[in-house]
Amino acid sequence: MGILEIKNVNKRFGGLQALGNVNLSVAENTVHAIIGPNGAGKSTLLNCLVGKLIPDTGSVMFDGQSVLGRAPYEINQMGISRVFQTPEIFGDLTVMENMLIPCFAKRDGSFEMNALASMSKQRDIMEKAEQMLVDMNMADKRHMHAASMSRGDKRRLEIGMCLSQEPRLLLLDEPTAGMARADTNNTIDLLKQISAERDITIAIIEHDMHVVFSLAQRITVLAQGTPLVEDTPEKIKGHPKVREAYLGESA
Amino acid sequence: MLGLTPKDTTLLIIVAILTLFAPFILNPFPTDSAMAQFNAGYPDLMQRFVIFGIFAIGFNILFGLTGYLSFGHAAFLGVGSYSAVWMMKLLTMNVIPAIVLSVIVAGLFSVVIGYISLRRSGIYFSILTLAFAQMSYNLAYSVLTPVTNGETGLQIALDDPRILDGANAPQYPNLFGTEMNDAVTMTLGPWAFTFSVGYYVCAIIMMLAFYLSIRIFRSPFGMMLRAVKSNQQRMNYTGLNTRPYTLAAFVISGMYAGLAGGLMASMDPLAGAERMQWTASGEVVLMTILGGAGTLIGPVVGAGFIKYFENIFSKINDSILHQWFSFMPEGLEDLLVFLVHPFIGKGWHLTLGLLFMLVVIFLPGGLVEGGQRLSKMFRRKAKTSDEKTDGKTSPAE
Repeated sequence: MGILEIKNVNKRFGGLQALGNVNLSVAENTVHAIIGPNGAGKSTLLNCLVGKLIPDTGSVMFDGQSVLGRAPYEINQMGISRVFQTPEIFGDLTVMENMLIPCFAKRDGSFEMNALASMSKQRDIMEKAEQMLVDMNMADKRHMHAASMSRGDKRRLEIGMCLSQEPRLLLLDEPTAGMARADTNNTIDLLKQISAERDITIAIIEHDMHVVFSLAQRITVLAQGTPLVEDTPEKIKGHPKVREAYLGESA
Repeated sequence: MLGLTPKDTTLLIIVAILTLFAPFILNPFPTDSAMAQFNAGYPDLMQRFVIFGIFAIGFNILFGLTGYLSFGHAAFLGVGSYSAVWMMKLLTMNVIPAIVLSVIVAGLFSVVIGYISLRRSGIYFSILTLAFAQMSYNLAYSVLTPVTNGETGLQIALDDPRILDGANAPQYPNLFGTEMNDAVTMTLGPWAFTFSVGYYVCAIIMMLAFYLSIRIFRSPFGMMLRAVKSNQQRMNYTGLNTRPYTLAAFVISGMYAGLAGGLMASMDPLAGAERMQWTASGEVVLMTILGGAGTLIGPVVGAGFIKYFENIFSKINDSILHQWFSFMPEGLEDLLVFLVHPFIGKGWHLTLGLLFMLVVIFLPGGLVEGGQRLSKMFRRKAKTSDEKTDGKTSPAE
């Protein structure tokens, strides 16, 4: 029984069958990659997990509880954090404030009326955010406006923000899309380190094979909305069906 | 001090000094001089400065922090005024119960309007609030005449019950017997300064309101509101429910508006439907943007600016212009008066409009940004070297 169990999920947009009978199980404390050609339904599947979309049929269970019908913030409070394809951070706020917000969300829940509380008295939160900045190697940037950072730093910050919530499942949607090689490698190293050091399950959607094969312990190949194969990276590399569907005949 | 950083404490102290000494500061010209008409230090206008300051401070908590632009805040101001007058009709002429009731009623009103309007964001939210405010205005104007006294406006009368007041109680709004329109005039040479009870009551309440807004701005709650403005998507995927945050901000700003309305009625015990009209809602938007949305002091500056224009510029007429330009040759004098004429008197809106356009185009951060740029320029001149980091690290003042 995995931490995330997807059973018979179907999603239709008008005449398009975006997801057809998806069955997928993500084991706890592993890195599981979902790959597939454009239009395979990877993002649709991800959106079904975080509450942005509701599947037409099927069930999505996280740690024994159904996530279907819950709002994104409720699902997040259950322990699922999401990293977006384009870094979604609080651009108008400083890096430190960006880190403080998820710490508050973890401690106080989805809403807290602390309009008269003094920020400097929130010792535990301050220390936690500070520690996470150090972990993410961006302590020197704490007063910077988040929007003015480089793409790689924004990604790093976003991952740090997700981690400060201590999620049990981290979902990454093409975390290295549009990144320079150096930034990509940094992100790979960071994710490797996270999965080694923390008690966390990572599910990653990715186009870049280099990233997938450096990180994943398990890979699911999605094609036309249906899982084609699921196996270890070594087996996937040589799988004829995968070559056909994903890499193309000639590869 | 008071749970504020040294910088915020300084700001609060400056505001306190300015408001307490406003009767002096706003009356710089001797009473008999030609410039005396630019004096703003009379109680009626000073009260309006601080009351609209409170209104704008509250509006800024919603608009400046969350970015939700409400076009219906005058409704809460009007509701506050009506509640206060009713309190003075039924219970007592003491202003405290009137003000407390106006804040509570405006708060309840804003819970209802906010709950519905906040289901949408952006322009749809603005239109919903506008619709609610116009509905309130029209209700107050016609349908609810038994409560609001329709177009005449709600007034106090000698035969009102006022069950808490004894036979000898004051007939005007008062604070434990001291009437709001009591005033002392101090004459210093050619100058005359008026200190009125009403102004100081308003000023002290405004300082409290300002202090509260600093606390809210600097609290974790205030940070969450700024996060709502910055990225709602990330808020939702960080496990935070934006709806109660925006509703809380909406209600707080509605209560500020109610407080302003209650004070208005306490200074002059009548309430009319025109206070709820959409132009009044638009005015507080202008005040906040002109002064600097999202800054602490900006809304107060903007409120003062607009009220000054409304009351001082509108009083300049052609004969005063002729007086000013009388030293010039006849033809030139007439020409100048003719050119300036559209911008004064009833044309003050034109001057204000031009000024507003200039500020929005050249100083998107409002007058506060103008002030910051000026002070930075002076500081750079004073310190030619090693001055680089400032300004970047100090966002909202």
